[in-house]
Amino acid sequence: MSVAADILNVLRGDPQADRVVPPTGHTAWLTLFTSGAMAFLAVFALALSLATDRLAERWSSELARSATVRISAPAGQEEAQLRAALRVLEETPGIASARVLEDSEQRALLEPWFGPDLPIDALPIPRMIDVIEDDAGYDAEGLRLRLTAEAPGAVLDDHTRWRRPLVEAASRLRTLGVVSILLIGLATAAMITLAAQASLAANAQVIRVLRLVGARDVYIARAFVRRFTLRALSGAAVGTVLGAVAIALLPRASAEGGFLTGLGFQGLHWLWPLAIPPLAAIVAFWSTRIAAFRSLRELM
Amino acid sequence: MIELDDVSYNYGGGELLSGISLTLPPGSFHFLTGPSGAGKTTFLKLCYGDLLPTGGRVSAFGKDMRDMDRDDIARLRRRVGVVHQDCAFLDHLSVEDNVALPLTVSGRDPQGEEANLNELLAWVGLSAQARSFPPELSGGERQRAALARAVIMAPEIIIADEPTGNIDWEMSLRLLTLLVELNRMGKTILIATHDLNLIRTAKQQVQARVLRIRNRDLQLAGADL
Ligand SMILES: Nc1ncnc2c1ncn2[C@@H]1O[C@H](COP(=O)(O)OP(=O)(O)O)[C@@H](O)[C@H]1O
Ligand SMILES: [Mg+2]
Repeated sequence: MSVAADILNVLRGDPQADRVVPPTGHTAWLTLFTSGAMAFLAVFALALSLATDRLAERWSSELARSATVRISAPAGQEEAQLRAALRVLEETPGIASARVLEDSEQRALLEPWFGPDLPIDALPIPRMIDVIEDDAGYDAEGLRLRLTAEAPGAVLDDHTRWRRPLVEAASRLRTLGVVSILLIGLATAAMITLAAQASLAANAQVIRVLRLVGARDVYIARAFVRRFTLRALSGAAVGTVLGAVAIALLPRASAEGGFLTGLGFQGLHWLWPLAIPPLAAIVAFWSTRIAAFRSLRELM
Repeated sequence: MIELDDVSYNYGGGELLSGISLTLPPGSFHFLTGPSGAGKTTFLKLCYGDLLPTGGRVSAFGKDMRDMDRDDIARLRRRVGVVHQDCAFLDHLSVEDNVALPLTVSGRDPQGEEANLNELLAWVGLSAQARSFPPELSGGERQRAALARAVIMAPEIIIADEPTGNIDWEMSLRLLTLLVELNRMGKTILIATHDLNLIRTAKQQVQARVLRIRNRDLQLAGADL
Protein backbone atom coordinates (compact mmCIF):
# COMPACT_ATOMS: atom_id res chain seq x y z
CA MET A 1 0.00 0.00 0.00
CA SER A 2 2.86 2.34 0.78
CA VAL A 3 4.25 1.73 -2.71
CA ALA A 4 0.93 2.85 -4.12
CA ALA A 5 1.04 5.93 -1.89
CA ASP A 6 4.62 6.59 -3.00
CA ILE A 7 3.65 6.28 -6.63
CA LEU A 8 0.65 8.57 -6.23
CA ASN A 9 2.89 11.06 -4.49
CA VAL A 10 5.40 10.88 -7.29
CA LEU A 11 2.68 11.29 -9.90
CA ARG A 12 1.17 14.29 -8.16
CA GLY A 13 4.64 15.75 -8.34
CA ASP A 14 6.20 19.06 -7.59
CA PRO A 15 6.23 21.33 -10.64
CA GLN A 16 9.15 23.26 -9.20
CA ALA A 17 11.22 20.12 -8.73
CA ASP A 18 10.22 18.96 -12.17
CA ARG A 19 12.00 21.78 -13.94
CA VAL A 20 15.38 21.28 -12.34
CA VAL A 21 16.12 18.42 -14.72
CA PRO A 22 15.90 19.58 -18.34
CA PRO A 23 13.31 17.80 -20.46
CA THR A 24 14.73 15.04 -22.61
CA GLY A 25 13.61 14.26 -26.12
CA HIS A 26 14.31 10.81 -27.43
CA THR A 27 14.35 8.73 -24.24
CA ALA A 28 10.85 10.06 -23.55
CA TRP A 29 9.54 8.74 -26.85
CA LEU A 30 11.39 5.45 -26.58
CA THR A 31 9.95 4.81 -23.15
CA LEU A 32 6.47 5.78 -24.25
CA PHE A 33 6.64 3.61 -27.35
CA THR A 34 8.19 0.58 -25.68
CA SER A 35 5.79 0.51 -22.77
CA GLY A 36 2.93 0.88 -25.23
CA ALA A 37 4.20 -2.03 -27.32
CA MET A 38 4.81 -4.15 -24.23
CA ALA A 39 1.31 -3.44 -22.93
CA PHE A 40 -0.15 -4.37 -26.32
CA LEU A 41 1.70 -7.71 -26.18
CA ALA A 42 0.68 -8.22 -22.57
CA VAL A 43 -2.99 -7.89 -23.55
CA PHE A 44 -2.55 -10.76 -26.01
CA ALA A 45 -0.61 -12.90 -23.58
CA LEU A 46 -3.37 -12.29 -21.06
CA ALA A 47 -6.09 -13.15 -23.59
CA LEU A 48 -4.17 -16.30 -24.51
CA SER A 49 -3.87 -17.37 -20.89
CA LEU A 50 -7.53 -16.75 -20.11
CA ALA A 51 -8.74 -18.39 -23.32
CA THR A 52 -6.65 -21.52 -22.89
CA ASP A 53 -7.76 -21.63 -19.28
CA ARG A 54 -11.41 -21.66 -20.43
CA LEU A 55 -10.62 -24.18 -23.13
CA ALA A 56 -8.83 -26.56 -20.79
CA GLU A 57 -11.72 -26.32 -18.35
CA ARG A 58 -14.37 -26.98 -21.00
CA TRP A 59 -12.51 -29.84 -22.57
CA SER A 60 -11.73 -31.55 -19.32
CA SER A 61 -15.34 -31.29 -18.19
CA GLU A 62 -16.39 -32.77 -21.53
CA LEU A 63 -13.87 -35.54 -21.08
CA ALA A 64 -15.67 -36.62 -17.93
CA ARG A 65 -18.76 -37.63 -19.91
CA SER A 66 -17.10 -38.30 -23.16
CA ALA A 67 -17.89 -41.87 -24.01
CA THR A 68 -20.98 -43.40 -25.59
CA VAL A 69 -21.91 -46.97 -26.29
CA ARG A 70 -23.88 -47.43 -29.49
CA ILE A 71 -26.06 -50.49 -29.98
CA SER A 72 -26.71 -51.41 -33.58
CA ALA A 73 -28.38 -54.77 -33.55
CA PRO A 74 -31.12 -56.41 -35.55
CA ALA A 75 -34.53 -55.05 -34.46
CA GLY A 76 -35.44 -58.01 -32.26
CA GLN A 77 -32.21 -58.15 -30.26
CA GLU A 78 -31.78 -54.42 -29.65
CA GLU A 79 -33.48 -54.34 -26.27
CA ALA A 80 -31.66 -57.43 -24.96
CA GLN A 81 -28.26 -56.21 -26.08
CA LEU A 82 -28.95 -52.80 -24.60
CA ARG A 83 -29.61 -54.38 -21.22
CA ALA A 84 -26.56 -56.66 -21.50
CA ALA A 85 -24.36 -53.69 -22.34
CA LEU A 86 -25.73 -51.73 -19.39
CA ARG A 87 -24.97 -54.65 -17.10
CA VAL A 88 -21.37 -54.78 -18.33
CA LEU A 89 -20.99 -51.07 -17.85
CA GLU A 90 -22.34 -51.21 -14.31
CA GLU A 91 -19.82 -53.90 -13.43
CA THR A 92 -16.86 -52.10 -14.95
CA PRO A 93 -14.69 -50.26 -12.44
CA GLY A 94 -13.98 -46.65 -13.30
CA ILE A 95 -17.43 -45.85 -14.64
CA ALA A 96 -19.48 -43.43 -12.57
CA SER A 97 -22.75 -43.91 -14.42
CA ALA A 98 -24.28 -45.23 -17.62
CA ARG A 99 -27.61 -44.00 -18.90
CA VAL A 100 -29.68 -44.77 -21.99
CA LEU A 101 -30.34 -41.62 -24.02
CA GLU A 102 -33.99 -40.63 -24.59
CA ASP A 103 -35.29 -40.21 -28.12
CA SER A 104 -35.55 -36.47 -27.62
CA GLU A 105 -31.90 -36.26 -26.54
CA GLN A 106 -30.83 -38.21 -29.59
CA ARG A 107 -32.89 -35.95 -31.77
CA ALA A 108 -31.12 -32.92 -30.27
CA LEU A 109 -27.76 -34.51 -31.02
CA LEU A 110 -28.67 -35.17 -34.63
CA GLU A 111 -30.51 -31.95 -35.31
CA PRO A 112 -27.44 -29.89 -36.23
CA TRP A 113 -26.69 -32.33 -39.02
CA PHE A 114 -30.13 -33.33 -40.30
CA GLY A 115 -32.42 -30.47 -39.34
CA PRO A 116 -35.35 -30.35 -36.90
CA ASP A 117 -37.83 -32.30 -39.06
CA LEU A 118 -35.96 -35.55 -38.81
CA PRO A 119 -38.48 -38.42 -38.67
CA ILE A 120 -36.51 -40.23 -36.01
CA ASP A 121 -39.02 -43.08 -35.61
CA ALA A 122 -38.79 -43.94 -39.29
CA LEU A 123 -35.03 -44.29 -39.28
CA PRO A 124 -32.92 -47.14 -38.01
CA ILE A 125 -31.24 -44.97 -35.42
CA PRO A 126 -29.04 -46.98 -33.05
CA ARG A 127 -29.73 -46.72 -29.30
CA MET A 128 -27.11 -44.86 -27.31
CA ILE A 129 -25.78 -45.16 -23.76
CA ASP A 130 -24.09 -42.12 -22.26
CA VAL A 131 -21.12 -43.25 -20.18
CA ILE A 132 -19.64 -41.04 -17.46
CA GLU A 133 -16.33 -42.14 -16.07
CA ASP A 134 -15.09 -41.32 -12.64
CA ASP A 135 -11.78 -39.64 -11.87
CA ALA A 136 -9.81 -42.87 -12.04
CA GLY A 137 -11.14 -43.69 -15.50
CA TYR A 138 -11.73 -47.11 -17.00
CA ASP A 139 -9.75 -49.49 -19.16
CA ALA A 140 -11.17 -48.89 -22.63
CA GLU A 141 -9.66 -52.01 -24.25
CA GLY A 142 -10.94 -54.36 -21.54
CA LEU A 143 -14.38 -52.82 -21.72
CA ARG A 144 -14.45 -53.23 -25.49
CA LEU A 145 -13.60 -56.92 -25.22
CA ARG A 146 -16.24 -57.58 -22.62
CA LEU A 147 -18.87 -55.68 -24.60
CA THR A 148 -18.13 -57.72 -27.70
CA ALA A 149 -18.63 -60.88 -25.67
CA GLU A 150 -21.89 -59.85 -23.97
CA ALA A 151 -23.46 -57.61 -26.61
CA PRO A 152 -21.93 -58.06 -30.05
CA GLY A 153 -23.83 -55.06 -31.44
CA ALA A 154 -22.39 -52.66 -28.85
CA VAL A 155 -19.66 -50.27 -29.97
CA LEU A 156 -17.77 -48.21 -27.42
CA ASP A 157 -17.08 -44.79 -28.80
CA ASP A 158 -14.75 -42.77 -26.59
CA HIS A 159 -14.28 -40.21 -29.36
CA THR A 160 -13.33 -37.34 -27.10
CA ARG A 161 -10.49 -39.23 -25.50
CA TRP A 162 -8.22 -37.79 -28.13
CA ARG A 163 -8.67 -34.48 -26.39
CA ARG A 164 -6.80 -35.62 -23.32
CA PRO A 165 -3.36 -34.60 -24.69
CA LEU A 166 -4.99 -31.41 -25.96
CA VAL A 167 -6.15 -30.51 -22.48
CA GLU A 168 -2.58 -30.95 -21.38
CA ALA A 169 -1.40 -28.79 -24.28
CA ALA A 170 -3.97 -26.16 -23.34
CA SER A 171 -2.77 -25.93 -19.77
CA ARG A 172 0.81 -25.85 -21.01
CA LEU A 173 -0.21 -22.98 -23.28
CA ARG A 174 -1.73 -21.18 -20.31
CA THR A 175 1.56 -21.54 -18.45
CA LEU A 176 3.35 -20.14 -21.48
CA GLY A 177 0.96 -17.19 -21.44
CA VAL A 178 1.75 -16.48 -17.81
CA VAL A 179 5.48 -16.84 -18.48
CA SER A 180 5.11 -14.43 -21.42
CA ILE A 181 3.47 -11.86 -19.18
CA LEU A 182 6.34 -12.20 -16.69
CA LEU A 183 8.89 -11.88 -19.49
CA ILE A 184 7.13 -8.81 -20.82
CA GLY A 185 7.29 -7.32 -17.32
CA LEU A 186 11.00 -8.09 -17.00
CA ALA A 187 11.74 -6.76 -20.48
CA THR A 188 9.87 -3.57 -19.60
CA ALA A 189 11.93 -3.27 -16.42
CA ALA A 190 15.17 -3.81 -18.36
CA MET A 191 14.21 -1.29 -21.03
CA ILE A 192 13.20 1.37 -18.53
CA THR A 193 16.38 0.78 -16.54
CA LEU A 194 18.45 1.35 -19.69
CA ALA A 195 16.48 4.44 -20.67
CA ALA A 196 16.73 5.83 -17.14
CA GLN A 197 20.46 5.18 -17.06
CA ALA A 198 20.90 6.95 -20.40
CA SER A 199 18.89 9.89 -19.12
CA LEU A 200 20.85 10.01 -15.84
CA ALA A 201 24.16 9.89 -17.70
CA ALA A 202 23.04 12.63 -20.10
CA ASN A 203 22.19 14.77 -17.09
CA ALA A 204 25.35 14.04 -15.09
CA GLN A 205 26.29 17.72 -15.07
CA VAL A 206 22.86 18.78 -13.84
CA ILE A 207 22.94 16.12 -11.14
CA ARG A 208 26.37 17.32 -10.04
CA VAL A 209 25.11 20.88 -9.66
CA LEU A 210 22.06 19.69 -7.74
CA ARG A 211 24.25 17.73 -5.35
CA LEU A 212 26.53 20.75 -4.90
CA VAL A 213 23.66 23.00 -3.85
CA GLY A 214 22.47 20.46 -1.29
CA ALA A 215 19.98 18.18 -3.05
CA ARG A 216 19.53 14.80 -1.43
CA ASP A 217 19.59 11.69 -3.60
CA VAL A 218 15.85 11.10 -3.10
CA TYR A 219 15.09 14.55 -4.46
CA ILE A 220 17.09 13.98 -7.64
CA ALA A 221 15.84 10.43 -8.05
CA ARG A 222 12.24 11.59 -7.72
CA ALA A 223 12.56 13.95 -10.68
CA PHE A 224 13.58 11.01 -12.88
CA VAL A 225 11.26 8.45 -11.31
CA ARG A 226 8.28 10.72 -11.88
CA ARG A 227 9.03 11.13 -15.56
CA PHE A 228 9.58 7.49 -16.29
CA THR A 229 6.61 6.36 -14.23
CA LEU A 230 4.33 8.80 -16.04
CA ARG A 231 5.66 7.80 -19.44
CA ALA A 232 5.31 4.09 -18.73
CA LEU A 233 1.80 4.63 -17.39
CA SER A 234 0.57 6.61 -20.37
CA GLY A 235 2.38 4.44 -22.93
CA ALA A 236 0.95 1.31 -21.36
CA ALA A 237 -2.54 2.84 -21.22
CA VAL A 238 -2.48 3.50 -24.96
CA GLY A 239 -1.01 0.05 -25.69
CA THR A 240 -3.62 -1.64 -23.51
CA VAL A 241 -6.51 0.17 -25.18
CA LEU A 242 -5.20 -0.71 -28.64
CA GLY A 243 -4.65 -4.33 -27.60
CA ALA A 244 -8.14 -4.59 -26.10
CA VAL A 245 -9.70 -3.06 -29.22
CA ALA A 246 -7.81 -5.53 -31.40
CA ILE A 247 -9.10 -8.39 -29.24
CA ALA A 248 -12.65 -7.05 -29.30
CA LEU A 249 -12.52 -6.89 -33.08
CA LEU A 250 -11.61 -10.58 -33.38
CA PRO A 251 -14.41 -12.67 -34.94
CA ARG A 252 -17.02 -13.80 -32.38
CA ALA A 253 -16.67 -17.16 -30.75
CA SER A 254 -19.66 -19.40 -31.45
CA ALA A 255 -21.01 -21.82 -28.84
CA GLU A 256 -19.07 -24.73 -30.22
CA GLY A 257 -16.28 -22.40 -31.29
CA GLY A 258 -12.84 -23.77 -31.72
CA PHE A 259 -9.71 -22.48 -30.12
CA LEU A 260 -8.87 -19.58 -32.40
CA THR A 261 -12.26 -17.92 -32.35
CA GLY A 262 -12.36 -18.37 -28.59
CA LEU A 263 -9.32 -16.12 -28.09
CA GLY A 264 -10.61 -13.10 -26.26
CA PHE A 265 -11.99 -11.87 -22.99
CA GLN A 266 -15.38 -12.84 -21.66
CA GLY A 267 -17.47 -10.98 -19.12
CA LEU A 268 -15.51 -9.81 -16.09
CA HIS A 269 -12.29 -10.96 -17.70
CA TRP A 270 -12.37 -7.66 -19.58
CA LEU A 271 -11.29 -6.08 -16.29
CA TRP A 272 -7.96 -7.92 -16.33
CA PRO A 273 -6.26 -5.69 -18.93
CA LEU A 274 -7.02 -2.70 -16.69
CA ALA A 275 -4.27 -3.97 -14.41
CA ILE A 276 -1.62 -3.59 -17.12
CA PRO A 277 -1.02 0.21 -17.01
CA PRO A 278 -0.72 0.37 -13.19
CA LEU A 279 1.60 -2.64 -13.26
CA ALA A 280 3.71 -0.93 -15.92
CA ALA A 281 3.83 2.15 -13.68
CA ILE A 282 4.97 0.06 -10.72
CA VAL A 283 7.66 -1.61 -12.83
CA ALA A 284 8.84 1.79 -14.11
CA PHE A 285 8.79 3.28 -10.62
CA TRP A 286 11.08 0.62 -9.18
CA SER A 287 13.38 0.28 -12.20
CA THR A 288 14.00 4.02 -12.36
CA ARG A 289 14.38 4.34 -8.62
CA ILE A 290 16.96 1.58 -8.42
CA ALA A 291 18.80 2.84 -11.50
CA ALA A 292 18.78 6.41 -10.15
CA PHE A 293 20.19 5.56 -6.73
CA ARG A 294 22.88 3.39 -8.26
CA SER A 295 23.86 6.06 -10.79
CA LEU A 296 23.86 8.78 -8.14
CA ARG A 297 26.32 6.84 -6.02
CA GLU A 298 28.53 6.32 -9.04
CA LEU A 299 28.31 9.85 -10.41
CA MET A 300 29.64 11.57 -7.31
CA MET B 1 33.41 25.32 12.28
CA ILE B 2 35.64 23.49 9.83
CA GLU B 3 38.63 21.64 11.14
CA LEU B 4 41.39 19.88 9.24
CA ASP B 5 43.68 17.57 11.14
CA ASP B 6 46.86 16.34 9.43
CA VAL B 7 45.01 16.19 6.13
CA SER B 8 46.59 14.96 2.93
CA TYR B 9 45.15 14.54 -0.52
CA ASN B 10 46.27 12.58 -3.52
CA TYR B 11 44.47 12.33 -6.89
CA GLY B 12 46.52 9.25 -7.70
CA GLY B 13 49.65 10.90 -9.08
CA GLY B 14 51.47 11.63 -5.82
CA GLU B 15 50.51 13.76 -2.83
CA LEU B 16 49.13 17.16 -3.76
CA LEU B 17 48.56 18.30 -0.17
CA SER B 18 50.07 16.74 2.92
CA GLY B 19 49.98 17.19 6.67
CA ILE B 20 47.64 20.16 6.68
CA SER B 21 46.04 21.19 9.94
CA LEU B 22 43.76 24.19 10.19
CA THR B 23 40.77 25.44 12.13
CA LEU B 24 38.35 27.96 10.67
CA PRO B 25 36.80 29.72 13.67
CA PRO B 26 33.35 31.30 13.39
CA GLY B 27 33.35 34.82 11.98
CA SER B 28 36.89 34.56 10.59
CA PHE B 29 37.98 35.83 7.18
CA HIS B 30 40.61 33.79 5.35
CA PHE B 31 42.28 34.11 2.00
CA LEU B 32 43.83 31.08 0.40
CA THR B 33 46.51 31.78 -2.11
CA GLY B 34 49.15 29.98 -4.10
CA PRO B 35 50.17 29.49 -7.72
CA SER B 36 47.81 27.94 -10.18
CA GLY B 37 47.80 24.16 -9.76
CA ALA B 38 48.94 24.37 -6.15
CA GLY B 39 45.76 22.74 -4.94
CA LYS B 40 43.52 25.63 -3.84
CA THR B 41 40.38 24.19 -5.43
CA THR B 42 41.25 20.77 -4.03
CA PHE B 43 41.64 22.25 -0.55
CA LEU B 44 38.26 23.97 -0.77
CA LYS B 45 36.60 20.79 -2.01
CA LEU B 46 37.91 19.03 1.07
CA CYS B 47 36.24 21.74 3.16
CA TYR B 48 32.75 21.25 1.72
CA GLY B 49 32.86 17.49 1.36
CA ASP B 50 33.20 17.24 -2.40
CA LEU B 51 36.38 15.25 -1.76
CA LEU B 52 37.31 13.11 1.20
CA PRO B 53 40.93 13.38 2.39
CA THR B 54 43.18 10.45 1.54
CA GLY B 55 44.87 10.95 4.91
CA GLY B 56 43.93 12.67 8.17
CA ARG B 57 40.47 13.93 8.96
CA VAL B 58 38.20 16.84 8.12
CA SER B 59 35.30 17.73 10.34
CA ALA B 60 32.55 20.27 9.85
CA PHE B 61 30.33 21.56 12.66
CA GLY B 62 31.97 19.02 14.93
CA LYS B 63 31.25 16.02 12.76
CA ASP B 64 33.86 13.93 10.95
CA MET B 65 33.09 13.92 7.24
CA ARG B 66 34.05 10.29 6.99
CA ASP B 67 31.10 9.44 9.24
CA MET B 68 28.64 11.42 7.13
CA ASP B 69 26.39 9.64 4.65
CA ARG B 70 25.23 11.20 1.39
CA ASP B 71 22.25 12.87 3.02
CA ASP B 72 24.46 14.35 5.73
CA ILE B 73 26.72 15.78 3.03
CA ALA B 74 23.68 17.27 1.29
CA ARG B 75 22.63 18.91 4.56
CA LEU B 76 26.20 20.15 5.14
CA ARG B 77 26.09 21.91 1.77
CA ARG B 78 23.03 23.83 2.86
CA ARG B 79 25.06 25.25 5.75
CA VAL B 80 28.14 26.03 3.66
CA GLY B 81 27.59 28.41 0.75
CA VAL B 82 30.02 27.86 -2.11
CA VAL B 83 30.91 30.06 -5.07
CA HIS B 84 32.41 27.51 -7.45
CA GLN B 85 35.28 28.35 -9.74
CA ASP B 86 33.10 27.57 -12.78
CA CYS B 87 29.93 28.89 -11.06
CA ALA B 88 28.09 25.59 -11.77
CA PHE B 89 24.74 26.95 -12.98
CA LEU B 90 21.89 25.08 -14.61
CA ASP B 91 21.79 26.77 -18.00
CA HIS B 92 18.17 25.87 -18.69
CA LEU B 93 16.94 27.78 -15.65
CA SER B 94 16.74 31.57 -15.30
CA VAL B 95 19.17 33.45 -13.07
CA GLU B 96 16.40 33.86 -10.52
CA ASP B 97 15.68 30.11 -10.48
CA ASN B 98 19.38 29.32 -10.26
CA VAL B 99 19.79 31.59 -7.28
CA ALA B 100 16.73 29.98 -5.66
CA LEU B 101 17.92 26.45 -6.47
CA PRO B 102 19.20 25.63 -2.97
CA LEU B 103 15.74 26.54 -1.62
CA THR B 104 14.02 24.42 -4.26
CA VAL B 105 16.12 21.32 -3.69
CA SER B 106 15.78 21.52 0.07
CA GLY B 107 12.02 21.43 -0.30
CA ARG B 108 11.37 25.08 0.50
CA ASP B 109 9.01 27.02 -1.72
CA PRO B 110 10.90 29.84 -3.50
CA GLN B 111 7.57 31.60 -4.09
CA GLY B 112 7.16 31.92 -0.35
CA GLU B 113 10.52 33.63 -0.10
CA GLU B 114 10.18 35.86 -3.11
CA ALA B 115 10.73 39.06 -1.15
CA ASN B 116 13.93 37.57 0.22
CA LEU B 117 15.03 36.50 -3.23
CA ASN B 118 14.35 39.90 -4.79
CA GLU B 119 16.21 41.64 -2.02
CA LEU B 120 19.16 39.33 -2.53
CA LEU B 121 19.18 39.93 -6.30
CA ALA B 122 19.06 43.68 -5.68
CA TRP B 123 21.95 43.36 -3.20
CA VAL B 124 24.17 41.72 -5.85
CA GLY B 125 22.86 44.14 -8.48
CA LEU B 126 21.12 41.58 -10.68
CA SER B 127 17.47 42.63 -10.42
CA ALA B 128 17.40 43.48 -14.11
CA GLN B 129 18.92 40.13 -15.09
CA ALA B 130 16.62 37.98 -12.93
CA ARG B 131 14.90 36.47 -15.94
CA SER B 132 17.99 36.11 -18.11
CA PHE B 133 19.73 32.79 -18.48
CA PRO B 134 23.26 32.15 -17.17
CA PRO B 135 24.92 31.98 -20.61
CA GLU B 136 23.71 35.54 -21.27
CA LEU B 137 25.54 36.98 -18.25
CA SER B 138 28.96 38.65 -18.20
CA GLY B 139 31.74 37.18 -16.07
CA GLY B 140 31.14 39.60 -13.21
CA GLU B 141 27.39 39.02 -13.29
CA ARG B 142 27.91 35.28 -13.16
CA GLN B 143 30.15 35.59 -10.12
CA ARG B 144 27.62 37.79 -8.35
CA ALA B 145 24.77 35.42 -9.21
CA ALA B 146 26.88 32.56 -7.86
CA LEU B 147 27.45 34.53 -4.65
CA ALA B 148 23.72 35.19 -4.33
CA ARG B 149 23.05 31.46 -4.69
CA ALA B 150 25.76 30.69 -2.13
CA VAL B 151 24.16 32.87 0.52
CA ILE B 152 20.43 32.26 -0.09
CA MET B 153 20.27 29.52 2.53
CA ALA B 154 21.80 31.90 5.08
CA PRO B 155 24.83 29.64 5.55
CA GLU B 156 27.27 30.06 8.40
CA ILE B 157 30.27 29.66 6.14
CA ILE B 158 30.89 31.04 2.65
CA ILE B 159 33.61 29.55 0.49
CA ALA B 160 34.53 31.26 -2.78
CA ASP B 161 36.90 29.76 -5.35
CA GLU B 162 38.61 32.54 -7.35
CA PRO B 163 35.47 34.66 -7.42
CA THR B 164 37.36 37.44 -9.17
CA GLY B 165 39.06 35.06 -11.59
CA ASN B 166 38.43 36.78 -14.88
CA ILE B 167 36.55 39.94 -14.12
CA ASP B 168 37.73 43.55 -14.12
CA TRP B 169 39.06 45.33 -11.06
CA GLU B 170 35.97 47.43 -10.44
CA MET B 171 33.77 44.37 -10.45
CA SER B 172 36.23 42.52 -8.21
CA LEU B 173 35.99 45.30 -5.67
CA ARG B 174 32.22 45.17 -5.77
CA LEU B 175 32.31 41.43 -5.07
CA LEU B 176 34.83 41.91 -2.29
CA THR B 177 32.57 44.51 -0.70
CA LEU B 178 29.72 42.00 -0.68
CA LEU B 179 31.92 39.38 0.97
CA VAL B 180 33.17 41.87 3.57
CA GLU B 181 29.56 42.81 4.33
CA LEU B 182 28.73 39.16 4.85
CA ASN B 183 31.67 38.81 7.23
CA ARG B 184 30.46 41.81 9.21
CA MET B 185 27.15 39.98 9.54
CA GLY B 186 29.06 37.22 11.29
CA LYS B 187 29.66 34.78 8.45
CA THR B 188 32.88 32.80 8.21
CA ILE B 189 34.57 33.52 4.88
CA LEU B 190 37.19 31.54 2.96
CA ILE B 191 38.30 32.87 -0.42
CA ALA B 192 40.79 31.27 -2.78
CA THR B 193 42.51 33.81 -5.00
CA HIS B 194 45.87 34.59 -6.51
CA ASP B 195 45.04 38.26 -6.79
CA LEU B 196 47.35 39.92 -4.25
CA ASN B 197 45.84 43.36 -4.88
CA LEU B 198 42.48 42.03 -3.81
CA ILE B 199 44.00 40.67 -0.60
CA ARG B 200 45.69 43.99 0.17
CA THR B 201 42.47 45.89 -0.39
CA ALA B 202 40.55 43.51 1.80
CA LYS B 203 43.04 43.82 4.62
CA GLN B 204 42.20 47.50 4.86
CA GLN B 205 38.56 46.61 5.52
CA VAL B 206 38.63 43.42 7.62
CA GLN B 207 40.83 41.31 9.82
CA ALA B 208 41.84 38.87 7.14
CA ARG B 209 44.34 36.06 7.50
CA VAL B 210 46.21 34.78 4.48
CA LEU B 211 47.01 31.12 3.96
CA ARG B 212 49.43 30.05 1.27
CA ILE B 213 49.85 26.62 -0.26
CA ARG B 214 53.53 25.96 -0.85
CA ASN B 215 55.28 22.63 -1.27
CA ARG B 216 52.08 20.70 -0.53
CA ASP B 217 51.83 22.44 2.81
CA LEU B 218 49.63 25.24 4.10
CA GLN B 219 51.43 28.20 5.64
CA LEU B 220 50.19 31.30 7.33
CA ALA B 221 51.53 34.20 5.28
CA GLY B 222 53.14 37.03 7.21
CA ALA B 223 52.24 40.68 7.29
CA ASP B 224 54.56 41.28 4.35
CA LEU B 225 51.75 41.00 1.83
N1 LIG C 1 39.95 15.37 -10.63
C1 LIG C 1 41.30 15.44 -10.72
N2 LIG C 1 42.00 14.33 -11.04
C2 LIG C 1 43.36 14.38 -11.13
N3 LIG C 1 44.08 15.48 -10.93
C3 LIG C 1 43.43 16.62 -10.60
C4 LIG C 1 42.01 16.66 -10.49
N4 LIG C 1 41.65 17.91 -10.16
C5 LIG C 1 42.79 18.63 -10.07
N5 LIG C 1 43.85 17.86 -10.34
C6 LIG C 1 45.25 18.29 -10.31
O1 LIG C 1 45.58 18.71 -9.03
C7 LIG C 1 46.39 19.86 -9.08
C8 LIG C 1 45.77 20.99 -8.26
O2 LIG C 1 44.54 21.37 -8.86
P1 LIG C 1 43.65 22.50 -8.21
O3 LIG C 1 43.28 22.08 -6.83
O4 LIG C 1 42.53 22.75 -9.13
O5 LIG C 1 44.64 23.72 -8.17
P2 LIG C 1 44.35 25.29 -8.11
O6 LIG C 1 42.89 25.46 -7.79
O7 LIG C 1 45.24 25.78 -7.03
O8 LIG C 1 44.71 25.85 -9.42
C9 LIG C 1 46.55 20.24 -10.54
O9 LIG C 1 47.79 19.77 -10.98
C10 LIG C 1 45.46 19.47 -11.21
O10 LIG C 1 45.86 19.07 -12.49
MG1 LIG D 1 41.36 26.33 -8.77
